[in-house]
Amino acid sequence: MTSMKEMESRIRELEEQLRAERQKNDQQRPIREKISQMSSEVVDSNPYSRLMALKRMGIVDNYEKIREFTVAVVGVGGVGSVTAEMLTRCGIGKLILFDYDKVELANMNRLFFQPHQAGLSKVQAAAYTLSSINPDVEMETHNYNITTVDNFQHFMDRISQGSLTGGPVDLVLSCVDNFEARMAINTACNELGQTWFESGVSENAVSGHIQLIEPGRTACFGCAPPLVVASNIDEKTLKREGVCAASLPTTMGIVAGFLVQNTLKYLLGFGQVSYYLGYNALQDFFPTMRLRPNPLCEDSHCRRQQEEWANKAPTNPAEADMAAGGDEPVVHEDNEWGISLVDESAPSEEPEGAGDVLGLVQGVKTAYSLPATTSDAKEEAGALAADADVSLEELMAQMKTI
Amino acid sequence: MVDEATKKTLSGIPLCKTKAGPRDKDLWVQRLKEEYQCLIKYVQNNKSADNDWFRLESNKEGTRWFGKCWYVHNLLKYEFDVEFDIPITYPTTAPEIALPELDGKTAKMYRGGKICLTDHFKPLWARNVPKFGIGHAMALGLGPWLAVEIPDMIEKGIVTYKEKDG
Ligand SMILES: [Zn+2]
Repeated sequence: MTSMKEMESRIRELEEQLRAERQKNDQQRPIREKISQMSSEVVDSNPYSRLMALKRMGIVDNYEKIREFTVAVVGVGGVGSVTAEMLTRCGIGKLILFDYDKVELANMNRLFFQPHQAGLSKVQAAAYTLSSINPDVEMETHNYNITTVDNFQHFMDRISQGSLTGGPVDLVLSCVDNFEARMAINTACNELGQTWFESGVSENAVSGHIQLIEPGRTACFGCAPPLVVASNIDEKTLKREGVCAASLPTTMGIVAGFLVQNTLKYLLGFGQVSYYLGYNALQDFFPTMRLRPNPLCEDSHCRRQQEEWANKAPTNPAEADMAAGGDEPVVHEDNEWGISLVDESAPSEEPEGAGDVLGLVQGVKTAYSLPATTSDAKEEAGALAADADVSLEELMAQMKTI
Repeated sequence: MVDEATKKTLSGIPLCKTKAGPRDKDLWVQRLKEEYQCLIKYVQNNKSADNDWFRLESNKEGTRWFGKCWYVHNLLKYEFDVEFDIPITYPTTAPEIALPELDGKTAKMYRGGKICLTDHFKPLWARNVPKFGIGHAMALGLGPWLAVEIPDMIEKGIVTYKEKDG
């Protein structure tokens, strides 16, 4: 026999569930009105009061300027979605989101997306949630892969014309999870002279980084092989059998926090912006440094931007400092970062270290080394392809009938 | 580490010369011709070594590639669709080869069925830009991946043998 008390409690439970269901389906759930001017008035209906308090406290002197800025977020996964949410809550003027992926249940170990969004495109699902959090933020979404020829020009156009005033965006944030997409962003930003932040979390989920890239002034993403924060795990014991990549909501959230914190500092001009900030989660070690551009960078637009910087810059002390290699590297007290990631297939002698050219700090390495010149390539390699008298069409036909 | 067999395979694939990607117009046509020459030679080598294991073709711009690959296990031939786009950053970055029908069936893949490469692939590719082409990506990337993952998936019953029609 069920007691009255139990029945009442069960009814309350069901009412609660019903309310949750209704809210899920109800298109007219409470969405706040747009707010035309940021106010610092402290009332419970003002979503900006605690942000505007930064002015009163003397941290930022122009907080409301944030509404003039446009930020492009490329990759709306574990880092990008959280990044976009933070910027939305901060009241950024406009966000442009790029991603070609869909929300999957396998993403639920990360923040932001919810199970009922599975199957939706990430940009669409994100824009919907973000607009309901803060309708003042203008949203633009692009559901495509930026690395393909069909989309790349459009991507460049949106970076150079997507701001609130139809000009270049104020900052591009790379929150992608692969080398190809990072290089595509690098290519676009070098060509356009667009300042951007690169960010990343390692495939073992226990390290990450952010890196400010100002074409010509700092190293670009292609100036050296990718950088890795040494995790101090013996590479020989690192198991990769059976999996590609791990991920943790913590590491991704921390990297997103670093990224947006530095974005705010960069845009609103307070504090010091980190050029490179690494994160080793196992030891809670945070190397920082500045990276000089590589005069021999493979990207001709990087070299062009370097020349342009050299021609206009080094009158102010910050530039002279940059040209001289920036701050002294921060050295961790117990010098235990002796780990090296030399690939077994690499030539045994280290080429004139890319690390030396760049001025790498202890605890950060390049993922691999490159030969000093590209001509001493690999012994495995075969002969060069002969010049063809045949046309491309003939070769295509030959391939089909082989 | 590249094993001896892979080294031997690689040495039989001609190298590309032209450093050009899909945004480079005429130079890209030149590069594409080299790619096709390399692939034709590689497939011919495979056939004469009785190890014919893939066919590829592309759209006329050479930006999208598709075809089949095969893996023989216990005398049975397993066949899979292969596809990939040439990124605008090619040949600095390698193409991301995908086997869409195996997407979600193994942890050794990224979204969209892109195969997970070994730690050795990217450094080796980076050291050989622009000489390595699509043939090298197949030999160093997809070949070893199939050899490790397909027998495993067959054993687990994730991949089953399909009789050929006709
Ligand atoms: Zn560069």
